[in-house]
Amino acid sequence: MITVNINGVERQVPEGTTILQAARALDVSIPTLCYHPWLKPFGACRICTVQVQRPRGYELLTACNTPCEEGMVIRTDTDNVRQARRVVLELMLARWPNVPVLQQLAAELGVEKPRFRSEFCDEDPEACILCLRCVRICEEVVGASAIGYEDRGIKRRVVTPFNRESEACVACGACAQVCLTHHIKFEPEDYRGKPPEFLLGPNTAIFIPTPQAVPKVPRIDPEACIHFKTNGCQKCVEVCEAKAVNHEMTDQEIEIEVGQILLATGYELFDASVMSQYGYGRLDNVYSALDIERMLNATGPTGGRVLLKNGQPPRAVAIIHCVGSRDENYQRYCSRVCCMYALKFAHLIKERCPEAEVYDFYIDMRAFGKGYEEFYSRVLHEGTNVIRGKVAEVVQAGWSKQDEGTLLVRCEDTLIGRFREIPVDMVILCNAIVPQRDAERVARLFGLSRSPDGFFLERHPKLDPVATSTDGLFVAGCAQGPKDIPDSVAQASAAAARMLATIAKGVVEIDPVRAEINEEFCSGCRVCNALCPYSAIEYLADKNVSRVNSALCKGCGTCVAACPAGAITGYGFNDRQIQAELEGLLAVR
Amino acid sequence: MSKPKLALYWAASCGGCEITVLDIEEKILDVAAFFDIVFWPCAMDFKYKDVEAMEDGSIDLCLFNGAIRTSENEAIARLLRRKSKILVAFGSCACDGCIPGLANLTTREEILDWVYRGSPSTINENGVRPQPKVRVPEGELEIPEFYEEVRTLAQVVPVDYFMPGCPPQPPQIVKVMTAIMTGAQLPPPGSVIGAGDKTCCDECGRTRQEKRVKRFYRPWELVPDPDQCLLDQGIICLGPATRSGCGALCVKANMPCRGCYGPPPNVTDQGAKMISALASVIDSQDPEEIQRILDQIPDPAGTFYRFSVPASLLHRRRSAPAA
Repeated sequence: MITVNINGVERQVPEGTTILQAARALDVSIPTLCYHPWLKPFGACRICTVQVQRPRGYELLTACNTPCEEGMVIRTDTDNVRQARRVVLELMLARWPNVPVLQQLAAELGVEKPRFRSEFCDEDPEACILCLRCVRICEEVVGASAIGYEDRGIKRRVVTPFNRESEACVACGACAQVCLTHHIKFEPEDYRGKPPEFLLGPNTAIFIPTPQAVPKVPRIDPEACIHFKTNGCQKCVEVCEAKAVNHEMTDQEIEIEVGQILLATGYELFDASVMSQYGYGRLDNVYSALDIERMLNATGPTGGRVLLKNGQPPRAVAIIHCVGSRDENYQRYCSRVCCMYALKFAHLIKERCPEAEVYDFYIDMRAFGKGYEEFYSRVLHEGTNVIRGKVAEVVQAGWSKQDEGTLLVRCEDTLIGRFREIPVDMVILCNAIVPQRDAERVARLFGLSRSPDGFFLERHPKLDPVATSTDGLFVAGCAQGPKDIPDSVAQASAAAARMLATIAKGVVEIDPVRAEINEEFCSGCRVCNALCPYSAIEYLADKNVSRVNSALCKGCGTCVAACPAGAITGYGFNDRQIQAELEGLLAVR
Repeated sequence: MSKPKLALYWAASCGGCEITVLDIEEKILDVAAFFDIVFWPCAMDFKYKDVEAMEDGSIDLCLFNGAIRTSENEAIARLLRRKSKILVAFGSCACDGCIPGLANLTTREEILDWVYRGSPSTINENGVRPQPKVRVPEGELEIPEFYEEVRTLAQVVPVDYFMPGCPPQPPQIVKVMTAIMTGAQLPPPGSVIGAGDKTCCDECGRTRQEKRVKRFYRPWELVPDPDQCLLDQGIICLGPATRSGCGALCVKANMPCRGCYGPPPNVTDQGAKMISALASVIDSQDPEEIQRILDQIPDPAGTFYRFSVPASLLHRRRSAPAA
């Protein structure tokens, strides 16, 4: 530790501390421009000049890159210092008179009009002032070294190599972020060369997926993270006090032994871009229900405001029910939740954009739950235009300037028996709820059946809606079929209670009807292996036989019928028993 | 003490079973030395009347191959049954009906019609048909009656042991003969001898996967991987529904098992079992696709019941085929 004296205050600082760091630790303000805490000090702008007392007089030094020395006496508030900073700023202002960050500093230092005139004066308020923070962050932090500077003195410029589009650039935007003058801008474009719609997904590479995420920890998107592109950055590692960020982590498989499983794998949203007539993914301002849900979220990208792509609130919004459900071409079933969330959207849009007209296009309004019908009437009273008719198509209104951003919703209003074209500027699609795309694989994994709609099949639709045909395996929520939150909670609670009941009891009773493989006759042909709907048959490679796990077997007899060697017997239903039964029946006159 | 007496006979058969007896090579000398061969029409000159002259039960062992197609087959079967202590249904024809038994998929009338009229190589302008009895100047000629259907030996007379295979494999014959000659304890009557209790798969060294079949191939349609289960490769191999004992000869030659060793123990109907197993492993849920896959099997009866029509639950065709 060494002792320094700044403006008459003594302080111990570790060796190697710069004057700027020591001063900031003492809350002594020193103006900076080219300094950035993440970057090595550079001393380019000289605005951080301070006065260091020497035995015979003083010395003016830049605070950012001068290390403290034992017994150093530093003054930041003398006329000398102020004068030196003013001159620096005057010189800079002479060259870049309209840059706000310089103007602001000038006001603070009392510089009014520079005394000098530069023949290289650049009046652009976004001119580059050559702090070179961009070049340094690209090299030191990002590790891409995609930009540098050429020439020297008055000709110095920040450029990409050979003035061409740099292949090394990872488009991280760090240069734009540290730019003091907005000379470098970071403006993503979509495939049409236009700025994309506001991001409805995460907008940083490390993020907490949703405010309600469980566990509520951030994750890194390796597609977006700079570290995975340049091997540099890792700023998140530096700033994390808990040292919890680990870029080396990979997916792991963890085996957990359990006795019962509740399958609540949820649903997937029907991809509305398949129904090209509604323009999802093709026309601007056509959103899926989950897009809107994200937009309406107070922690979402718009802070809960309903906005068009251009940042303006919509003037007319169309909400289209039954997109992909109750449709012979896609899903025949009703997705059950859409009517109510569509009404919720109507209500919230009315609340947040009172000027907007809301049109709600429905086939049948299914407001069947507790308090639902009341909510429907409330939305009607709020002035939502409810139109009974399936929307035929959504099209761009026209190609002229005034039509820009206007969509036409074409439908037959079946209540007045008319064809209607309604201009709106936002369309919300109520996509169908569909099974997860890996449902077939999951069903095979667990030995489950699926109903014709593709959702997991419960044991009995009325008498046992939470159990499945496999013992110890329960199903809840939309994995079993579309349902709303109260229904999901009720089903999951029932399933949890059923599981707890078994745990409390401690033993499991199984039916005596079972299949058994006689290993003396089994030759391990493996015909039965893939057949078992309960995955109860395992193949023992060392003995070259298959074996039935009698705790899993339900005695359905599929394997008994299939076994070409006749090695599998169904307890109570072997051939001789069945023949004896038949003989007994036929003997009765 | 006189030597035990051995009889061998062929009924409706191809003669392969006679040859396989000789295929035991030098062991035939032991057999000839141990037994007094009293009847072997294929190899030695005996007359039926020689057998008729024997005392009942005087033949110690009779190996009877061939199915029962004609009245002569049946008469000799009854005769040998009467004269033999142990009657063995020797080979697939006697056990299950085998290739001659495939005639049960047609009728006597159709067979005669084809042979004496329909076949392109037949010239029979007078429409002559063989008659059981014909008068000729020298006297009355009698030929055996051609029955309506083919039966197995056991469907005609009680049989003590069954020795399957088309033909039974020489090592198995040696094993059975050695057991008899050394006076080993014989299994209870009605048993299958000279074969295993498992299926052909037990003797097959190929690697088997969980069975899922998306397409059936006939053997000429691809060169099968010699290390993978043929059924896994889509080739219909009857190994899973066939009794072990042959040593998996066909599959070792990269050809599928055709099922000559008959049904394994516990299986009554070999073909039905194989159909049931195959139907279970077709990997599709779509009825049209399943039909398409099934259509890749050109001759189901001839494929699954190649060796066992008379012994199966089907036994024979019941009705005229659809036109």
